[in-house]
Amino acid sequence: MAGSTLTIKDLHVEIDGKEILKGVNLEIKGGEIHAIMGPNGTGKSTLSSAIMGHPKYEVTSGNITLDGQNVLEMEVDERARAGLFLAMQYPSEINGVTNADFLRSAINSRLGEGNEISLMKFIRQMDKQMEFLEMDLDMAQRYLNEGFSGGEKKRNEILQLMMLQPKIAILDEIDSGLDIDALKVVSKGINEMRGEEFGCLVITHYQRLLNYITPDYVHVMMQGRIVKSGGPELAQRLEAEGYDWIKQELGIEDETVGQEA
Amino acid sequence: MTIETKLPFDKGFVSSFSKEMNEPAWFEEFRLKALNDLDQLPMPRPDKTKIDKWNFTQFNQHTVKSDVYPSLADLPEEVKELVDLDAKNKNLYIQRNQTPAYLALSEDLKSKGVIFTDIFTAAREHGEQLKKYFMTQAINVDEHRLTALHAALVNGGVFLYVPKNVEITEPIQAVYVHDDAEANLFNHVIVVADDNSSVTYVENYISTIETSNTLVNILTEVIANVNAKIQYGAVDTLAKGVTTYVNRRGVAGRDANIEWALGLMNEGNTISENTTNLLGDGSNGDTKTVVVGRGEQTQNFTTKVVHFGKHTTGTILNHGVVKDSATSIFNGIGKIEHGASKSDAEQTSRVLMLSEKARGDANPILLIDEDDVVAGHAASVGRVDPVQLYYLMSRGISKTEAERLVIHGFLAPVVKQLPIEGVKKQLTEVIERKVR
Repeated sequence: MAGSTLTIKDLHVEIDGKEILKGVNLEIKGGEIHAIMGPNGTGKSTLSSAIMGHPKYEVTSGNITLDGQNVLEMEVDERARAGLFLAMQYPSEINGVTNADFLRSAINSRLGEGNEISLMKFIRQMDKQMEFLEMDLDMAQRYLNEGFSGGEKKRNEILQLMMLQPKIAILDEIDSGLDIDALKVVSKGINEMRGEEFGCLVITHYQRLLNYITPDYVHVMMQGRIVKSGGPELAQRLEAEGYDWIKQELGIEDETVGQEA
Repeated sequence: MTIETKLPFDKGFVSSFSKEMNEPAWFEEFRLKALNDLDQLPMPRPDKTKIDKWNFTQFNQHTVKSDVYPSLADLPEEVKELVDLDAKNKNLYIQRNQTPAYLALSEDLKSKGVIFTDIFTAAREHGEQLKKYFMTQAINVDEHRLTALHAALVNGGVFLYVPKNVEITEPIQAVYVHDDAEANLFNHVIVVADDNSSVTYVENYISTIETSNTLVNILTEVIANVNAKIQYGAVDTLAKGVTTYVNRRGVAGRDANIEWALGLMNEGNTISENTTNLLGDGSNGDTKTVVVGRGEQTQNFTTKVVHFGKHTTGTILNHGVVKDSATSIFNGIGKIEHGASKSDAEQTSRVLMLSEKARGDANPILLIDEDDVVAGHAASVGRVDPVQLYYLMSRGISKTEAERLVIHGFLAPVVKQLPIEGVKKQLTEVIERKVR
């Protein structure tokens, strides 16, 4: 069976009563990598938070489905168990909970009571993936994201991605604050996941990341909507020419949300 | 103004109880004087908790008779879990309600002059030593009505004395089992580490019954003489309905160290005081406390370190979780007396509230009467961060499990630092049960 399909239709999202997304349409299938690009303040991160179910974001209309199932009716943990994953821009720090305990709970939440992963098997898997991501093995026993550098947090997000093997992953500015070496490692992790069973939405400001992860589709977001879509060549043109040509083409003066043309 | 406390037990009763226990004359006199003075003394006043409606003085039974445990195999299951049954050299005292029910002290420690016995045997056989420490150095009989009431009615407890230069590596354990719903306990614990000695003492107060409308009044005196070290671990798990006043107080001599690790997990209303008086120059006091409040209970925890000596260091670390409609008040007091130069008083109290009706309060107090010192405090009262829960849940972890992780995480940094492995394990299990 081919991978899953995440479908977003006419999605409107508010935060604190202010509408940020104003009708987003997008379909991501297993085997595909989509990139959403766009300047700051255009709604990119809101889209990722709304898909995952962040408590602050309210979906006012539209729908999101995963293989036909209504995602918006699911609790956050149900969405994850259904196969969604969000690598967060600002992962939470949780004092007193070790990275290893957290990941094991996450894996076991999928396996259900009575089918828990054995400790040995878990440690083997975790060590293997940490080595792949060139992480210090001590990080397994450190408290979740606490005192991690920006780069360590991002690697840790990718570690979770690789351990949990979701059907559809959203990477929210996974490249921000990364030096070139860390960026290569993070990209290596994502490329390792590539395959028919895995769909991915990469949200970024920068073309740089897309040199390492070649997307199948590129979308540009402005004013809370996807205003332009294309292939990888679109990302290259954005890198070379910036966003002004799109704004001109569409008659947009200010691309941020709330500044309607 | 003093309010008269009509005691159910009079002079005649106290006197005949003392005689029945074959106590030395000084002990009987001590009791009778305390009983006589009691009415003149005020009740304790824990900061921010009103206790005038709490019952600390009215009860029906002073003494209940309990059977001893002929062997460890006869212990209740809950108690077996606390004890290392297979250990060869056990140093273990078990008290059943007020009855000394089991005692083991290794030959090695006996030969070194270590005394470890119930308080009544101590009064009969080591009277002079007991007299030297019984409410003379750490706690005074006339501090308030409950200290006096305690002195008059002591009906249980233990005396541990470690002679000079004796370093005990294995922990000494005491388990106070509460299995009689009529048993009121006035427990007196004395731990003395003489010069250059060291000891780890671990105690458990455990109810094996669900509820009991009784009162428990615990006074603990911990004395570390010159260059001695005492690690004191306690896990209290007294039942719902038990009203507890517990005062654990340490006195540290020159270069002495007292480290407390307390898991205060009672189900009933509790007033807990834990004070360390750093009398000697260069002494250290360290207190770590974890607390879970739940149900309807009200608890007040005062942790205090008083610096008298120069170059003394006091640290307080409290982490408390409050759920349901429970109230937990944390008062952290660092007091540096005039002349205690170069001293350092640090404290951190953090309270995590898990429900709308839960009430938590952390009051850091620094009282400093000396210029050349270092002092610091941190306090916070908060709720579980919804963004943290979102993050955990976004990995598939259910809300309940995510909350459990956050709560354990909140208490873990303190639990982890407890010096005694067995206490750590037991405490983790108790926490697990209470926060579920």
